[in-house]
Amino acid sequence: MRWWLPDAGSTFAGPIDTMFTVILILTGIALVIVEVGVIAFMIRYRARPGGRAFYTHGSTRAEVIWTAIPAVTMIVLGLVSNHYWVLMKDKKSIPANATHFGVHAKQFEWQVTYAGADGKLGTDDDFTVRNQLHIPVNQPVAVELSSEDVIHSFFVPEFRVKQDAVPGMHITAWFQATKTGEFEIGCAELCGMGHYKMRARVFVHTPEEYNAWLTQQASGGAE
Amino acid sequence: MKVRIFSVVGAMLMLTVCSKGDQRTAANAASRTVDTTAPAAAPAAAATTSAAGGTISGKIKFTGTAPRNPAIDMSEEAACKAKYKTTPTEENVVAGPANALANVFVYVKAGVPAGQTFTAPTTPVVLNQDGCRYHPHVFGIMVNQPLEIKNSDPLLHNIKAIAKKNRPFNISQPNAGMQTSRTFNAPEVMVNLECNVHGWMKAFVGVRPDPFFAVSGADGSFTISGLPPGTYTIEAWHEKLGTQTATVTIAGTETKTANLTFAAH
Amino acid sequence: MTSVAHAKHDAHGDAHHAPMSFWQKYIFSTDHKIIGIQFLFVSLFFLLVGGLLAMQIRWQLGFPGQPMPGGGILPETMAPGGVILPEYYIQLVTMHGTFMVFFAIMPLLVGVYANFLIPLKLGAHDMAFPRINMWSFWLALLAGLIMLSGFFMPDGAPRCGWTMYVPCSARPDLSGVTTAQKLWSISIVVLGLSSVMGSVNYITTVINHRAPGMTWFRMPLSVWALFITAILGVLALPVLQGAAIMLLFDQSIGTHFFDPGAGGQPLLWQHLFWFFGHPEVYILILPAMGMVSDIIANGSRKPIFGYHSMVFAIIGIAFLGWIVWGHHMFMSGMNPTLGSTFMVSTLLIAVPSAVKVFNWLGTMWRGQLHFHVPMLNAIGFVSMFTIGGLSGIFMAATPVDIPIHDTQFIVAHIHYVLFGGSLFALFAAITFWYPKMFGRMMNEPLGKVHFWLTLITYNMTFFPMHIIGMGGQMRRIYDPTIYDFLKPQQYLNVFISYSAFALFAVQFLFAFNFLWSLKFGKKAPLNPWNDNGLEWSLPNPAPHGNWAPATPNVYRGPYEYSSPEATDTDFLPQTRKLPTDRDPVPATLSGGH
Repeated sequence: MRWWLPDAGSTFAGPIDTMFTVILILTGIALVIVEVGVIAFMIRYRARPGGRAFYTHGSTRAEVIWTAIPAVTMIVLGLVSNHYWVLMKDKKSIPANATHFGVHAKQFEWQVTYAGADGKLGTDDDFTVRNQLHIPVNQPVAVELSSEDVIHSFFVPEFRVKQDAVPGMHITAWFQATKTGEFEIGCAELCGMGHYKMRARVFVHTPEEYNAWLTQQASGGAE
Repeated sequence: MKVRIFSVVGAMLMLTVCSKGDQRTAANAASRTVDTTAPAAAPAAAATTSAAGGTISGKIKFTGTAPRNPAIDMSEEAACKAKYKTTPTEENVVAGPANALANVFVYVKAGVPAGQTFTAPTTPVVLNQDGCRYHPHVFGIMVNQPLEIKNSDPLLHNIKAIAKKNRPFNISQPNAGMQTSRTFNAPEVMVNLECNVHGWMKAFVGVRPDPFFAVSGADGSFTISGLPPGTYTIEAWHEKLGTQTATVTIAGTETKTANLTFAAH
Repeated sequence: MTSVAHAKHDAHGDAHHAPMSFWQKYIFSTDHKIIGIQFLFVSLFFLLVGGLLAMQIRWQLGFPGQPMPGGGILPETMAPGGVILPEYYIQLVTMHGTFMVFFAIMPLLVGVYANFLIPLKLGAHDMAFPRINMWSFWLALLAGLIMLSGFFMPDGAPRCGWTMYVPCSARPDLSGVTTAQKLWSISIVVLGLSSVMGSVNYITTVINHRAPGMTWFRMPLSVWALFITAILGVLALPVLQGAAIMLLFDQSIGTHFFDPGAGGQPLLWQHLFWFFGHPEVYILILPAMGMVSDIIANGSRKPIFGYHSMVFAIIGIAFLGWIVWGHHMFMSGMNPTLGSTFMVSTLLIAVPSAVKVFNWLGTMWRGQLHFHVPMLNAIGFVSMFTIGGLSGIFMAATPVDIPIHDTQFIVAHIHYVLFGGSLFALFAAITFWYPKMFGRMMNEPLGKVHFWLTLITYNMTFFPMHIIGMGGQMRRIYDPTIYDFLKPQQYLNVFISYSAFALFAVQFLFAFNFLWSLKFGKKAPLNPWNDNGLEWSLPNPAPHGNWAPATPNVYRGPYEYSSPEATDTDFLPQTRKLPTDRDPVPATLSGGH
């Protein structure tokens, strides 16, 4: 009966979830004010025989207050948000020591390219695996997104990572996983009849497991 | 004035809407039944042959070393992976004993008298998706003969037909037991079939106007029978190793042998 | 008592004098009221179409892969044995959005009420360009029929989302749809023509055809909202038309605007679409806000609180609405710095909307609240739109948008503002102006039952979508149970689906009320709501030509309820002349004719 964001699985989840909670509190306060106001007024000011409404065209003071408070709140929210936005999406924020993976989206699969022994993408020792992204835990990871055909979107809910893969564009998204285990990738942009079936998995390994997997791939492939 | 505006606008509409590719040929009706029994693997397409007539038969081989067929990792599709005891491999080059080459589509490319027409059988060719593979992998079908596509896996397959002379199609079957029927209206060698959800799934169908075609078996052998007397060019097509041709003359009801060899590089 | 100015000499001759055939009067009518009613019937039909599509979507999401009751009537290409196919499912979600946005909500708010209300509330005899107005309706109907025909094409209806992203929509080999995709473009171009024609009429009529005494700041907020909406429409729709033509050309004559392989840009489509699309969603809400203002003031028997602020808020929303479009593209791959700028403008646009909500509350405060059906629905609008507006703040904060973009959280937001907002406002408006249109009242008890049942089933349907969206359920997916992380919340999809079926069923109460009352509704008294608007000084239904050949005089603003100047009653119509009032000098050249 879980009614919240998924369990945190990356370093981004902390700030995003905190911001989500803060916004929930702020909007919750606003919501309570409005809805309680509506219900209270409906009860308190319902028409009674002989009653007369209070004739007023408004209050400039009220207008100033209820314009200024939302405006200031929004500006502060924007400033805080932008700090994290730049951290998560700006190219310059991608850590220099991130491990890079190629993720090529296609109707209807994710082709993941690994850099191979030389650690560099785009060389002869690269190898490609369908629908499985194996990454090390607690290390920054960069996925270089591309698309074969239409727009897809790389989405891992636990990592709070989402980025469209656009044909003709080369877009890098980065994150750092904080838990080992298996997580699911879904496609978050309608891409055709198989959109719902573009499911893949992320395997977050300890460093030993990760190296073991890489070695196994180099020597002949999946079991 | 109004009439002129309407006719110009109407003409523009018609031009853009009715552009090439929209001329539909025979509508393709899909089958209504949803069959829940597990179907057996479909046999290779049997060409209708007449009782009399000559036969061309032979063996297809290859020289050199067959490339390794890569393993297919079906971990992301548990229901399919469970159907295999050993790891399935792709079917790029299926080699048999003594360098026999299977899955070669052999057909009569030339020599059938012009103007001779053949009626397509009403029995369908069955293409089954089982264990996330197409069965059969390579097959032939006659023009206007029904192709019945079945899904024996409890998951989504789509069947995308990439055709140039025929109208392409792309249909989905999300559940086990679903069945759809299609026909091809024009000869085409070969129409590629693929599943976009399972990128290793490929099949190839040769659409012919006559029943003179066959697919080589595991031992590399093929037989084309019912041929009237004449000189025929047969072509053998393989998905990776290209094509080979041979010429055969049939005089009566004899069986002529034509062996073909591909080079595996 | 209304004082009416003498008829001005009309050099053009009066077309109203010639007797009209049935066709001229009711079919090819140039009377803005008939045109408004024509829009009403056609748009309610498309609302039904959109609802039927939604029911199928909810069936599939609640019971993935199960044969749908009644699904046997669908062809094998859509639902063999009643089982909805994935390619049909994505047609459903695409066309549900398309019909609801373009052919239901927009024409209901604008095509109906801009047409019906503007001349009536300004004291004019008709629109500035009655014949262009007639064309506006017929083009809208044509566009709707073209769009509907997509389902009957051999390879079915468009299926790349109502947002029609490229390359999906530009490439038939990737989407699977050919003819209907081209028909989409043609339909949009025709609809855009209809909108622009309408906008031209609304803008000109508001500027030039106000009755004497109807100054800008005596116009009701419904008219202000429709006026500003018309400006948005005339500027935004052509952008969509242009994009639709570019898409059509990419598909049919070999251009490559959006094809990256040939130097085109997929993101160009998104910029063009959303540059139209964001003003479009304000087109879909501003008229609702305007009409709700009129109704809440009426129901509270009080002037609208902060009339001038309300006008400036409408203008502020419309202005800011042009510079927020990129918030639909935060994940698109556009430069993140652009994301920052769009975030700022988007957060700011929350402010004028908040101002409006507080002003509606201020209007109810210390009023004498009469809970007639329009008032109930208008209050429902305020409550539900608030939820929808507040949920937008989560998405506006770009880092938080990362997990919720393209999930059901967005779908929840859309439906809270469009259904909880616009549709509740429409229930209010249809009921409120029904007597003016048809001369009868809709049934009040039935209207109240419809309101409460709708409010309950509507929240049961759409509130849980926030939760499954937070849980990560993506938009437009055919079967959530494919994903392990979504399986635990599938029970909520079932709950939502049952609630949606109930919500749809409840709407038949409204449909029945609407149709039954046409013939059997209580005959409407002259001013059934004791409203201040000019329209209520006319009989019900309003006659052809409105006040022609005369023009009413306007003595005050639209919200003088419970005024100390008229203590014998709690309303003071704009046209009522008090002993202390002086006749206004005609403000416009054409004098309202």
